[in-house]
Amino acid sequence: MSFALSKPGRFIGALTADLKTIAYRLAAAMVICVILTFASDAFLTTNNLLNVLRQASLLFLLASGLTLVILTAGLDLSVGANIGLSACIAASVMKLSGSALLGAASGVGVGMCIGVANGLLVALMRMPPFIATYGMLWVVHGITFWYMAGTTIYGFPSAFRALGSGYFLGVPIPVYLMFVFLTLGAFFAQRTTYGQEIYAIGANRESARLSGVPIARRLILVYTVSGAMAGLASLVFLARMNSAEGDIGEAFTLPAIAAVLIGGTSLFGGVGTVSGTLVGALILTLVLNGMNLLTLDASWQPLVTGVIVILAVFLDTLTRKRAEARK
Amino acid sequence: MNQDTVPLLELRGISKTFPGVKALDDVSFSVYPGEVHMLIGENGAGKSSLMKVLCGAYTADAGQFYSKGEPVDIRSPADARKFGIAVIFQEFSLVPYLDIAQNIFLGREFRGSIPGIIDHARMHSEARKILDLLGLELSTRTLVHELGVAQQQMVEIAKALSQHARILVMDEPTAALSDRETERLFAMIRQLQAEGVAIIYISHRMAEVFAMGDRITVLRDGKKVGSKLPGEATPDELVRMMVGRNVDMTYARSFGTSEGEMILEVKNLHAVNGIKGISLNVRRGEIVGLSGLVGAGRTEVARAIFGADKVTAGEIRLFGKLHQGAPDKAVRAGIALIPESRKAEGLALIRTVCDNLMLPGLGKAFPNRLYKASKARKIARELIDRLRISTPSSFRAVQVLSGGNQQKVVIGKWLSSDSKFFIVDEPTRGIDVGAKAEIFALIDELVRQGVGVLMISSELSEIVHVCDRAYVMRDGRIAGHLAREELSEENILRMGMHHE
Repeated sequence: MSFALSKPGRFIGALTADLKTIAYRLAAAMVICVILTFASDAFLTTNNLLNVLRQASLLFLLASGLTLVILTAGLDLSVGANIGLSACIAASVMKLSGSALLGAASGVGVGMCIGVANGLLVALMRMPPFIATYGMLWVVHGITFWYMAGTTIYGFPSAFRALGSGYFLGVPIPVYLMFVFLTLGAFFAQRTTYGQEIYAIGANRESARLSGVPIARRLILVYTVSGAMAGLASLVFLARMNSAEGDIGEAFTLPAIAAVLIGGTSLFGGVGTVSGTLVGALILTLVLNGMNLLTLDASWQPLVTGVIVILAVFLDTLTRKRAEARK
Repeated sequence: MNQDTVPLLELRGISKTFPGVKALDDVSFSVYPGEVHMLIGENGAGKSSLMKVLCGAYTADAGQFYSKGEPVDIRSPADARKFGIAVIFQEFSLVPYLDIAQNIFLGREFRGSIPGIIDHARMHSEARKILDLLGLELSTRTLVHELGVAQQQMVEIAKALSQHARILVMDEPTAALSDRETERLFAMIRQLQAEGVAIIYISHRMAEVFAMGDRITVLRDGKKVGSKLPGEATPDELVRMMVGRNVDMTYARSFGTSEGEMILEVKNLHAVNGIKGISLNVRRGEIVGLSGLVGAGRTEVARAIFGADKVTAGEIRLFGKLHQGAPDKAVRAGIALIPESRKAEGLALIRTVCDNLMLPGLGKAFPNRLYKASKARKIARELIDRLRISTPSSFRAVQVLSGGNQQKVVIGKWLSSDSKFFIVDEPTRGIDVGAKAEIFALIDELVRQGVGVLMISSELSEIVHVCDRAYVMRDGRIAGHLAREELSEENILRMGMHHE
């Protein structure tokens, strides 16, 4: 029965399906690094590498919450719009109150509220996540445009700005944030029963429901987390840009989804990891960084992103099919 | 009825085997023009298989078809259509947001003079002709989803007739109809009969078997038991022909004698899924059967008790305490549901054996919500050993296990959560004989440890051999209760079928 333990090879083979997925991706990231090292002198410099990490960190913060949503076989298309509104409200509160802390709290708060609204639509109104969050995208954009009325808010206290552009021990602050939330996210997904239930919901919602998992509460939770993470990402972005306008955030949604998919999380739910998403964000950032260094026209970036997503998902399907065929 | 003419369709010696099951065994069967041929038998007797062979969905392993006396092959739905056979299933195949005419001619639309253009005018006029033939006054432009069940059934019949069907196969056509609708359907059947259409009619209702049938054929265990004319048989005689399957149950339990503590008490339960006034109880140490024919509402009772479908009236008491609420509350209260569909409702197939086994018991094993993979694995391994689940390791995805082992995982997951009351719905569906015995041994062991079990099964012999007593359902209600000594397939069928 449990002869697995007597065969270490099989033990590892079975235990580490997720780790394997991550290892493949890390290897791919390494290959990209090696190629770029040879292709450009500017790549393997401390400055550039830290730059890559900083860019990846913003993407990861947004994509980490999204990963939890996608693990439940859901989707959150409103994260980009969420960044826009959260950043503008945070900026405005900071200006009015003069308090960086109050501003930051309101940014995360707004993000969270949008997440709760998404969660209620999906869990209680039983709307398909795609539609609920797609609608929310427009609603939130609308509110932001109305609120900002074409104005720009800029110039924030340096304590706040450090969140986006400061350094600690020579490493950008957002990179620390990335690793903190990687730890928290991975812990939540792998080491709590909530995480287990979230995977179960994504793998088979009906069987999870009939096994006593409170589906509605768990769904509201993941959408809330996704919203809050968007709020947090908005702060990092705001601190870096030092200005807020109505349309910031629009460009974030699709890259965040790309990072999750490249990271090996299945849109069908139940399969994937937060750590994978980090590697996904890194791969995406590395490639775009490489294109910059090689002075390739920026208009090629969407095409390259698309190719990577399709390639990553295709390879996943291929390896999964092969694994099934072996069984 | 002209018995002397050549049968419109004749089957001789039809057999069909699936791995582990002989679904049809040397069945011969014929139907004449203008005849209503009733087909009866208990669940799993082979009625559906026969129907699928007739419509070309299954290919028979052996046997020969004759159309108007000529030997023919039916190997595909297209063949079946060619010989004028049309099947009206219980689940309609209509497209809800297309209109009646579009549904009737779906896939066979009339082409206009311009390529790619559908001749709507002709389609509607042809559809009108068929509806008039059937005496239906509906507009051909009515969307199907606006129709009632009976009317949708009429559209199905119209569709069959438009394909020049001479042989209509109907699977329990009155199951979802009101009395008035049933009358209209019968009138239509008589009209079709007068026009020489042959009708093969599968029924669970004794009254209509005698009211409408020109001939009655009884199937049991994939074999034809016999054919009778309505005049020469009584309902009791037919029931006796239907039961008596050769049971190959190596398993027998010692039935409880002492009356245990009351675990579940349901009073006058109504639910949105159509069950009405259900009252039943289960005591500690008992396996109580919930029997009845397919569609009688057994699974619906299970779902209502478990909170998966909404209860509208009545009460559920668990250990004397009032219980209501969603499945998560039911699980915390100690109710376990082993659902009818293992793959759709019982398991997360892509997840591991360990993950599946642990799911309902996560709260019990990790009260502080911190999940430890090592502890989960230890519990899972104990369950794997205890239930003798054959899997290379606890990390294997459940989808690679055999049906019997998957079913053990579905049962095992409730052992991790310390459940006190088990609802098992068709626990042996799709698993082989050896695994069946193991599943029953497992249920028996649970009962001896003091849980209560409500067991739903379509296999009457299972109910008879395994249960301490049983309730029999019909049309969403409890039709009767059978104590251990009254428990027989005949008595269950008599209660579960419609006859006065």
